[in-house]
Amino acid sequence: MQGNIACAEGALAAGCRFFGGYPITPSTEIAEHMAVKLPKINGTFIQMEDEIASMASIIGASWTGARAMTATSGPGFSLMMENIGYAVMTETPCVVVNIQRGGPSTGQPTMAASGDIMQCRFGSHGDYSVIALCPSSVQEMYELTVKAFDLADRLRVPVFLMADEIIGHMRERIIIPDTVGHTARRPLKPGVLPFHPEDDLVPGFPEFGKGIGVHVTGLTHDERGYPCATNPKLHEQLVMRLYNKIEHARKEIADYDVTNPDAETVFVTYGSPARSVEQVLHDSPGEKFGHLRLKMVWPFPEHAIAEFPNATRFIIPELNLGQVAREFDRHTRVPVIPVPKLGGDLHLPKELKRLAGVGA
Amino acid sequence: MSFEEWLRQDRIDDWLRQDRLPHIYCAGCGNGTIINCTLEAIDEMGWKKEETVFVSGIGCSSRAPGYIVTDSLHTTHGRALPFATGVKMARPEFHVVVFTGDGDLAAIGGNHFIHACRRNIDMTVVCMNNQIYGMTGGQGSPTTPKGALSTTTPFGSAEPAFDLCELAIAAGANYVARWTSYHVKELTKAVRVGMETPGFSFIEVRVQCPTNYGRKNKFKQVLDQVEYLRSHSMMRQKFLQHEERREPVPDATIIVGEFVKRDRPVMGLPR
Repeated sequence: MQGNIACAEGALAAGCRFFGGYPITPSTEIAEHMAVKLPKINGTFIQMEDEIASMASIIGASWTGARAMTATSGPGFSLMMENIGYAVMTETPCVVVNIQRGGPSTGQPTMAASGDIMQCRFGSHGDYSVIALCPSSVQEMYELTVKAFDLADRLRVPVFLMADEIIGHMRERIIIPDTVGHTARRPLKPGVLPFHPEDDLVPGFPEFGKGIGVHVTGLTHDERGYPCATNPKLHEQLVMRLYNKIEHARKEIADYDVTNPDAETVFVTYGSPARSVEQVLHDSPGEKFGHLRLKMVWPFPEHAIAEFPNATRFIIPELNLGQVAREFDRHTRVPVIPVPKLGGDLHLPKELKRLAGVGA
Repeated sequence: MSFEEWLRQDRIDDWLRQDRLPHIYCAGCGNGTIINCTLEAIDEMGWKKEETVFVSGIGCSSRAPGYIVTDSLHTTHGRALPFATGVKMARPEFHVVVFTGDGDLAAIGGNHFIHACRRNIDMTVVCMNNQIYGMTGGQGSPTTPKGALSTTTPFGSAEPAFDLCELAIAAGANYVARWTSYHVKELTKAVRVGMETPGFSFIEVRVQCPTNYGRKNKFKQVLDQVEYLRSHSMMRQKFLQHEERREPVPDATIIVGEFVKRDRPVMGLPR
């Protein structure tokens, strides 16, 4: 199965019943698959006029209680930033898939990159925190899409599936479970103000059509949902809550694989470069290289670094100019060696081996 | 009857959020009139609150849903229609009403506007056209008439204005009408007919903005501007007769009435 199709199938299994999108290479197969499948299960597929509208439509659908998703690539992702900020501010659960390609601008429509990994963290204006998942196989395109919906509903935040062209277009054999269990969105308790947070800092969801009469605004708002944009304290409280609800869950939701925790030389990857590193580890069993593979890049699992107590260097191959290597470097005193790569090709195992001092 | 008693017995009273009053609109603003007419039309339709969703973008007009007790989305600038499209397509049984303004709808939201008309998606859009950006302090908009003064057209607007109704008709809306904040009864009826008509219903309302439009364009009193709206309005039928006889009408004529009521295929009807 192709990665993009696995993503769409994962979404359907997770109960996604609304897809609003706009064609863009290399993500289009997701929209095409949803266009075929959703009408048959009483769901809604709509092709919007642009990515701004796509993002808007899934937020609107989400407020009616639907699990909603869109899929895009870099240029469309840039257009979505405005309403991603709105989803953050209004705590709207939704899933945004970005099959990354080479940028800036139109760049390389058919080539892989991870150049948007910082954009998904900081791309909309203002301070906030989000969740980003990074699959490195077709199996994970399925599994992490399912997971994205659960996290979005639980923490009421946009969740990004940050794949790339290689994973999106790669074909692999995958195992699809008979059923996919998923956590339901926690509804607003009766008699509680619509934006009053519970202990985990997440308010219950005041779904449209239940007679709650919730006013949803991107303006700074109080627990009633009413605009209150000139009260400095209220604004600080709101933004800190939106930030902390994710940051406090950082350890608990973290998702990464650790290989050879005793290793001194440790590769750190997310997305398709993980495959090159797996080849290196496979080819050099005597070297005992470590591998920290991040399936969730944001919130950044800084505690995962401690899984490698003997590390003397972290080698971080990325399909960008070292965006995550820089973040990684902030959290460790051990030398960090970024291995940036642009252009769309994967790192060759032999390049990485040479860097690690094997077979030189 | 005291004012409070009158307020309590008003039929639309229970659609307003009393705890949000006073509202932000300036003295003499006509937006309240339009909200009133729209709620009156909803009342006539007999819609239930839990089945009605208001959606808006950014600007003075877009603050309206915040004063109404139903579920509502106050969204990003120009994007009300795609948000509303998401709501309506996900839950076609909802009644969706969009409040928007000339800047929100015709400038930053122009693309969404024509595509919502093209889809002919089942919703009612009430556009408060004050011909200016009110909330940001009186800048020129796509409907600012040629020659009119604003903070960004200090020597008079050099650009021609959009005709929003013609745009909606060309793009495919099933119902299109224009009235002004002076025409309370006609406007209420037009909004109701729009709500009754399946598909995309667009009601443009020319409205006075004394603070930012009137002040700069020689309307000394609020009523001067309302009187202007009244005296410059011409029924569409009469305008068409003029056109037939090749008699020109003054540039400032506000053509009012029902422009189109038709039966193009509709998206977003209950399954």
